[in-house]
Amino acid sequence: MKPLVLTLKERPAQRLDLSPLVPHRLIGKSALDIAKLELQTTRTRMTVGDAFRVRDGDAREIRIEADCDRLDQVGEGMTTGSIVVEGSVGSQAGRLMAGGHLTIKGGTGPWAGSGMAGGEIEIIGSAGDRLGGPLPGETSGMRGGVVVVRGNVGDRAGDRMRRGVVIVEGGAGSHAGSRMIAGTLVVRRKAGALPGYLMRRGTIILGDGSDVLSPTFLDSGIHELVAMRLLAAFVNDHSVKAASALRRPLRRLAGDMAVLGKGELFCAPG
Amino acid sequence: MRHVTANGVRVDDTFAEAFGMRATALIVTADNARWARRAALTMTGFATSVIGCGCEAGIDRELKEKETPDGRPGVRVLLFAISTKELQKQLQTRVGQCVLTSVGSACYADLQAEETLKLGGVLRYFGDGWQISKRFGGRQYWRIPVMDGEFVCEATTGLTKSAVGGGNLLIMGASAGTALAAAEAAVKAIDAVPDAIMPFPGGIVRSGSKVGSKYKGVAASTNDAYCPTLRSTVKTALDPDVGCVFEIVIDGLTAEAVAAAMRAGLAAIVKLGRKRGAVRVGAGNYGGKLGPHHFHLKDLLP
Repeated sequence: MKPLVLTLKERPAQRLDLSPLVPHRLIGKSALDIAKLELQTTRTRMTVGDAFRVRDGDAREIRIEADCDRLDQVGEGMTTGSIVVEGSVGSQAGRLMAGGHLTIKGGTGPWAGSGMAGGEIEIIGSAGDRLGGPLPGETSGMRGGVVVVRGNVGDRAGDRMRRGVVIVEGGAGSHAGSRMIAGTLVVRRKAGALPGYLMRRGTIILGDGSDVLSPTFLDSGIHELVAMRLLAAFVNDHSVKAASALRRPLRRLAGDMAVLGKGELFCAPG
Repeated sequence: MRHVTANGVRVDDTFAEAFGMRATALIVTADNARWARRAALTMTGFATSVIGCGCEAGIDRELKEKETPDGRPGVRVLLFAISTKELQKQLQTRVGQCVLTSVGSACYADLQAEETLKLGGVLRYFGDGWQISKRFGGRQYWRIPVMDGEFVCEATTGLTKSAVGGGNLLIMGASAGTALAAAEAAVKAIDAVPDAIMPFPGGIVRSGSKVGSKYKGVAASTNDAYCPTLRSTVKTALDPDVGCVFEIVIDGLTAEAVAAAMRAGLAAIVKLGRKRGAVRVGAGNYGGKLGPHHFHLKDLLP
């Protein structure tokens, strides 16, 4: 069966909330029903039909033909199926996702994968700040699932992450893995200043080190751990490039000693 | 005893009577095959019979680097017990005392099942607060700091309630030499069958038992009907040409695995023939009323 295709007609006059356009909410709906769904974020009403041309198909697979930073919350709360966006999107893509597969062929704004609990997000371009992180007022960020970013990520990637794996093939901005509660963050290239800032538990692997390392991370020596082999095998299924950063002896730094200090930061021994 | 003859070997028209058991499968890895084997041998030591050891355990097969989760050489171990509670107890004490302690070891589940037993989930307390949980790819691992680095152990392992224990072959030879040759050929053949183990030393048991005893409180005693030295004093099951009997006991994750193992063993014994090997093959049962699984030898002949 062919996928359901939504083609953006033109850049919308307002930011749009695309959270209704997820497989589990569209399965069984006709193209006409889908066209009537409201997406506006201002007082001006805007339906799917106003913004997109809808080509009927199996809603388990949704293709969004668009490249617009005003499209927010793409795939929010998605539980099953797949969504492919042909270009870039706005903020909170894949927020609170619980299952399924979201592919964004361009880049994303801030809070991509925010608070997600399951499923997989692949961002071919770069992601903005606070990848997987909580919105203001929330206590934890990503709680499960996998996020793969082929490009770079902004500041505070993996902020307050509790579980799950974030794989970045490029570099990261400052405070990567800030306030991590647990989980795993792999950054293949260089990270900005203060990675692991106030992390309690969790694992950060930096393939190419960072600009400035906090003095509250303590050197625990160079190791080739079995756990890193297991992680490399898992990462390899998502990114061969990032996995290569794990298959070598790595220096383990324990921290952040400014807080609980049970986290770990791995980087090249040099 | 009615029998059929195959390559000169008399095969009794009888069956092995086997019982339902609880079981799990593990992969033990280490930096090299030698140390993986050593850890697996230690954890499956003193696990010949549930009568006295609490569980029956053995090595299913050795694994190449590509076959293990961490890409190191490993060994697949099977563990059988009569209750879930006992299996849980044996699992945690054996992995805790024999694998956790072994050089460079790691331990993973190798049985996917809905019901699970705790593995790293209990051993993690050895970490005294420094243990680290890692969850990815649908599996959870515990990393426990130890003096050579870390012991990595999967949090749980699968539990099967459809395992079968007590598949067996009674191998009767004219002398100890020929009986052993036949038994060893059978062990070699059964070794290649997946999902099945032979828990006794070298896969062979020379002290087959019967239920009960003349002494109070003794659950099992020597199988006098098959003891060659008692052939003139008890109601013997031995023919005049039988001078020595060995038994192979087989536990499998499924009834099919036990049947496949018995079939492989029987084929090897028949192939060796009467002159160099066994003159007769039988199987142990309790009249068919105790165990739900009956493996008839005539159905398993090549």
